[in-house]
Amino acid sequence: MQLDAYDPEEFYDELFVAQGKPRSQAESLIKLIQKLGIKQLEQHRQTAEIALFKLGVTFNVYSDNQGVERIFPFDIIPRIISAQEWQWLEKGLKQRIKALNLFLDDIYNEQLILKDGKIPAEVIHTATGFLKPCLGIKPPQGIWCHITGTDLVRDRDGKWYVLEDNLRVPSGVSYVLENRRVMKSTFPDIFHTMAVKAIDDYPSHLLETLLNLAPPHLPEPTVVVLTPGIYNSAYYEHSFLAQQMGVELVEGRDLAVVDGYLQMRTTKGLRRVDVVYRRVDDGFLDPKAFRPDSRLGVPGLMEVYQQGKVALANAPGTGVADDKVVYAYVPEMIRYYLGEEPLLCNVPTYLCWQEQDREYVLKNLDKLVVKAANEAGGYGMLVGIKATPAEREEFAQKILAQPRNYIAQPTLSLSRVPTLIDGEIEGRHVDLRPYILHRGDEVYVHPGGLTRVALKKGSLVVNSSQGGGSKDTWVLTE
Amino acid sequence: MLSRVADSIYWLNRYIERAENVARFVDVNLNLMLDLPPGMTQQWQPLVSITGDVELFKARYGEANAKNVIQFLTFEEDYHNSIISCLQRARENARSIREIISSEMWEEVNSFYLMVKEASPGKPFDALPYFFYQVKMASHRFAGVMDATMTHNEGWHFGQMGRLLERADKTTRILDVKYFVLLPSAEWVGTPLDQIQWISLLKSASAYEMYRKCQHRITPTCVAEFLILNRQFPRSIHFCLWQAEQCLHEITNTPTGTWCNGAERSLGKLCSQLGYLTIEDVIQTGLHEFLDQMQSSINQVGNEIYTTFFAVDNC
Repeated sequence: MQLDAYDPEEFYDELFVAQGKPRSQAESLIKLIQKLGIKQLEQHRQTAEIALFKLGVTFNVYSDNQGVERIFPFDIIPRIISAQEWQWLEKGLKQRIKALNLFLDDIYNEQLILKDGKIPAEVIHTATGFLKPCLGIKPPQGIWCHITGTDLVRDRDGKWYVLEDNLRVPSGVSYVLENRRVMKSTFPDIFHTMAVKAIDDYPSHLLETLLNLAPPHLPEPTVVVLTPGIYNSAYYEHSFLAQQMGVELVEGRDLAVVDGYLQMRTTKGLRRVDVVYRRVDDGFLDPKAFRPDSRLGVPGLMEVYQQGKVALANAPGTGVADDKVVYAYVPEMIRYYLGEEPLLCNVPTYLCWQEQDREYVLKNLDKLVVKAANEAGGYGMLVGIKATPAEREEFAQKILAQPRNYIAQPTLSLSRVPTLIDGEIEGRHVDLRPYILHRGDEVYVHPGGLTRVALKKGSLVVNSSQGGGSKDTWVLTE
Repeated sequence: MLSRVADSIYWLNRYIERAENVARFVDVNLNLMLDLPPGMTQQWQPLVSITGDVELFKARYGEANAKNVIQFLTFEEDYHNSIISCLQRARENARSIREIISSEMWEEVNSFYLMVKEASPGKPFDALPYFFYQVKMASHRFAGVMDATMTHNEGWHFGQMGRLLERADKTTRILDVKYFVLLPSAEWVGTPLDQIQWISLLKSASAYEMYRKCQHRITPTCVAEFLILNRQFPRSIHFCLWQAEQCLHEITNTPTGTWCNGAERSLGKLCSQLGYLTIEDVIQTGLHEFLDQMQSSINQVGNEIYTTFFAVDNC
């Protein structure tokens, strides 16, 4: 069938070495798909999508009216990562998260890395994610980024790069778990033969990470998940995680600071809250400390937090590390704090606030991808190679107006995975977001992560808000 | 349990029960109108009257004919008591407490909502009876799924209480339909048409067969007695309120017969009043007047529940 003719072309393909030649770890999967045939595969895809819709595994689109939820399109051909490769990635990710955490602790306290001149102080002071109210805070066990989703991509030659770190409120892990559930019921047999690492224990790991933050000696600490509410694009995930951990899902209006503690309103009066897994952005957490117009958070929360009477995950202020200019300095952080060479590379990055870099960027806009330093979700970026001269000109003006706010990177040729598109199997570009939990004494990397796939032919943009989909990610055990 | 969550599960059940009951009385009126002797004018105005939203209806639709009333009560998205609106809000409530309810409950609400949403507003008349049947069954299914899959804990009791109070309220309104239908033509009392109307009314409360088993003959007094005072029929006002009282006491752990908050006191009072009432007392007050009073007492209970458990500014 069609897979014999599947051609990886000039791209790195996650399942094929060359036309008609699967990678060794993918052989049994490819055999199965060939045995099934396209028609049956298409049927399985439909069943899977119906299952996801019925489960309500959806995301909201901000501009749409109420009740408009979409499922994150799901492709049933998984992506496979060999055991060996994963071990290496895991090591690299742990190293990176440890350094990032030390950086956060340093930057809000002694600021040694600035004093030693490894990062220009100006970069930090102009980062919108750098929050003054967090200066001097020592969170429990010095952990700031409890939950991180790091975006990785693979270039044409198969080499891995870190595209960005998401230390604020990374989402997507619920899709990982639900996609797997659907895959297991769609292809039960293949799981027996392929030794895929199980992933269902993520909620247990997350709960342990959160419980670990409670003040010591509390017999039964209360953990909650804080959501902005049902109109938030990731609401499904918030409710899923709370349900899977068996903790309360709260909104700001359920909480209040009373008697110096964070409390929630229950039918039997107030009850103290010890740990908050907050899925609300920094700026909205506390109208007294940050945006006064926000109604999503809790007035006075930061004060209780500063006194150590409640733990927040992730700690407020971690967004400074999501700044794409700060990202450029992560390899430096690894050398500085750990005295090691980085295992995972950054994508080469040009910083527009540096004159030399800016000149290069402006001259080469047609070859580069330009990104705003603080945007996410695929917004505020220019893919130079696909842009019109007018669009490039518009970005040139933006860069000149606010050079600190832009970085540029060469266009990577992201790796591809065979994907079922309108009854045909075609290669589509993917990235990978593994989830990393930092518990202080241990850093845990959840095996696999979210593989996002650009469903449009040739597109490199994988964000759900830009028409991306997802695939199950299989990490093999041997 | 979070006050907001208790509030949501309570209203989730109320909305679903409300949607079911709107389907009931629209459906029964459709049936009634089919049985009218030729030449009699159809009466759709009463249905709007029992909702209490006559003004709103007149402003938007003007004439109370079958098409307008059905559109208003069933598919009008901007009318907050229409079937579609009830389900929209039920679904929204369910979505905000998905981690509390069972996933089967969520799926049931979700597909219920989608079913109603997909039913086109301009549905041909001959498709309506089946549609209303589907609405009623979906509501039963939801109640059944909730009963069988959710722990019978505090949340369950709040939900149950919401459903029962809504049902009690709607039984008063269904009985009142008859009052409104009869109002313009008192000379029909006791005629075969009168019989048919009482039968329809019983059917709209799914009470016809159960009524026959205990009363045999259909007389207005006995029907009213059955729907108001029967202690075993699950849609009678007394049954609903008495069960709601049980739920309330399960939530607070206060023994029945005593009270520790406004909700228990007002519901307890209402239940004991009903417990010692005869149908003759009701007729003496006047059926319509009695039902009216009952509605405001049930409202009062609802308000007390709100202040006792849900009001978020309680600190």
